[in-house]
Amino acid sequence: MSPSPVYLDAATAAPLHPVARQALLAALDDGWADPGKLYTQARRARQLLDAAREATAATLGVRTDELSFTPSGTTAAHSAVLGGLAGRRRAGAVLVHSAIEHSAVLHAAERHLTGGGTATPVPVDRLGRLDLTAWAAAVRAPGVALAALIAASHEVGTVQPVAAAAELCAGAGVPLYVDAAQVVGRTAVPQGWSVLTASAHKWGGPPGVGLLVVRKGARWESPWPADERESGRTPGVLNLPAVVAAAASLRAAAADAAAEAARLTPLVDRIRARVAAEVPDVEVVGDPVDRLPHLVTFSCLYVDGEVLLHALDRRGFAVSSGSSCTSSTLRPSHVLEAMGVLSHGNVRVSLHRETTEADVERFLAELPGIVADLRAEAGVVGL
Amino acid sequence: MTEPVEVLDCRGQRCPLPVIALARRLPDLPVGAVLRVLADDPAAAVDIPAWCRMRDQDFLAAHPDAYDVRRAT
Ligand SMILES: Cc1ncc(COP(=O)(O)O)c(C=O)c1O
Repeated sequence: MSPSPVYLDAATAAPLHPVARQALLAALDDGWADPGKLYTQARRARQLLDAAREATAATLGVRTDELSFTPSGTTAAHSAVLGGLAGRRRAGAVLVHSAIEHSAVLHAAERHLTGGGTATPVPVDRLGRLDLTAWAAAVRAPGVALAALIAASHEVGTVQPVAAAAELCAGAGVPLYVDAAQVVGRTAVPQGWSVLTASAHKWGGPPGVGLLVVRKGARWESPWPADERESGRTPGVLNLPAVVAAAASLRAAAADAAAEAARLTPLVDRIRARVAAEVPDVEVVGDPVDRLPHLVTFSCLYVDGEVLLHALDRRGFAVSSGSSCTSSTLRPSHVLEAMGVLSHGNVRVSLHRETTEADVERFLAELPGIVADLRAEAGVVGL
Repeated sequence: MTEPVEVLDCRGQRCPLPVIALARRLPDLPVGAVLRVLADDPAAAVDIPAWCRMRDQDFLAAHPDAYDVRRAT
């Protein structure tokens, strides 16, 4: 008998929120028409889109005309970086970013470099927290067009000092882009940014919906070929049923966020403490206090990350890993690298609204034996 | 004494094998001896210093695809 599955990878994609499912099914019947047209079906679709935008803007505390829906968090991040740079072309061509941004931001930065721009990565400490002194120097340098900072690390959970970083940006006259994919729908959204992005499948919405918020007055210019939809910020027709589901589930997730954080934070504390105590030679990484409520990462010495993931999967546990062996690039996670922590044998566990205490207990009960078996097989016990 | 007394060739090996080789060999060397690990997996640049920190050994230097570790304890 195979064990019942325990899904612990919410930071990649949270299970669909029941409110999202309900809204999606209703909108499939009701919201398939093109909201840009002038007939009855289109007007109904337009109403749904307007309502989704109003609900989402209200949850985020932004104006409706500042918010555009995008086809993913990745495209939102690309738009934020490339559009933020394009809008400030006259100020210069330097992009400042933390060393631990999501690959979507780093890939947009690479595109900027290919186009002749420059980028200044800013280091983090061993806990994965931005070096504010280096950040201050970087944003004050001449020619900085945009600064990018992830709100909280998707790999290790460390919450970034966004308010302090934003103040330094404001002092230097540099707009700040915040990738808030891991915080929207879970914790308070930070202030002080000019551009913000998020991703619906992180909060229990459907995959394939991102948010791009550009503050009124912020210098941002679309990096895409012209298209009038979504205030000219996102080309192409929207997946309206998915947008409606994303908006409904965001409202539900945000309403429950404080209670969920209060429930999940001690479960993550328990994982941090028990893994450190019961698995020998393990490094639990990330800030133990200033962290996301639902995410924890650790690395097991001498264990191959991919082998560990498969062993966990065979026992029914779905987790993620930043180890190079599990990635297509064959490079260790740039986040673990920037922190200077062990990169092999890495496991990221992220919890969600369906995660129970019993799930966590089962994981904690089985993990030490799984790691011990792999070490015995590899002949590395006692090293 | 920072010249390596021995070179461990782990080129072509993937994480965590170079770290395992280092952990196997270093305790056989006298305290103070330096072991050079040749490794071309980029993860070694992170994992060899991290191992030294976890095991209280001295990470001396990183060269291109080569890392010097001194036995401290
Ligand atoms: C911090 C962060 N930014 C951006 C993204 C990209 O979002 P999406 O999966 O919707 O493309 C993710 C998800 O992987 C993320 O965790």
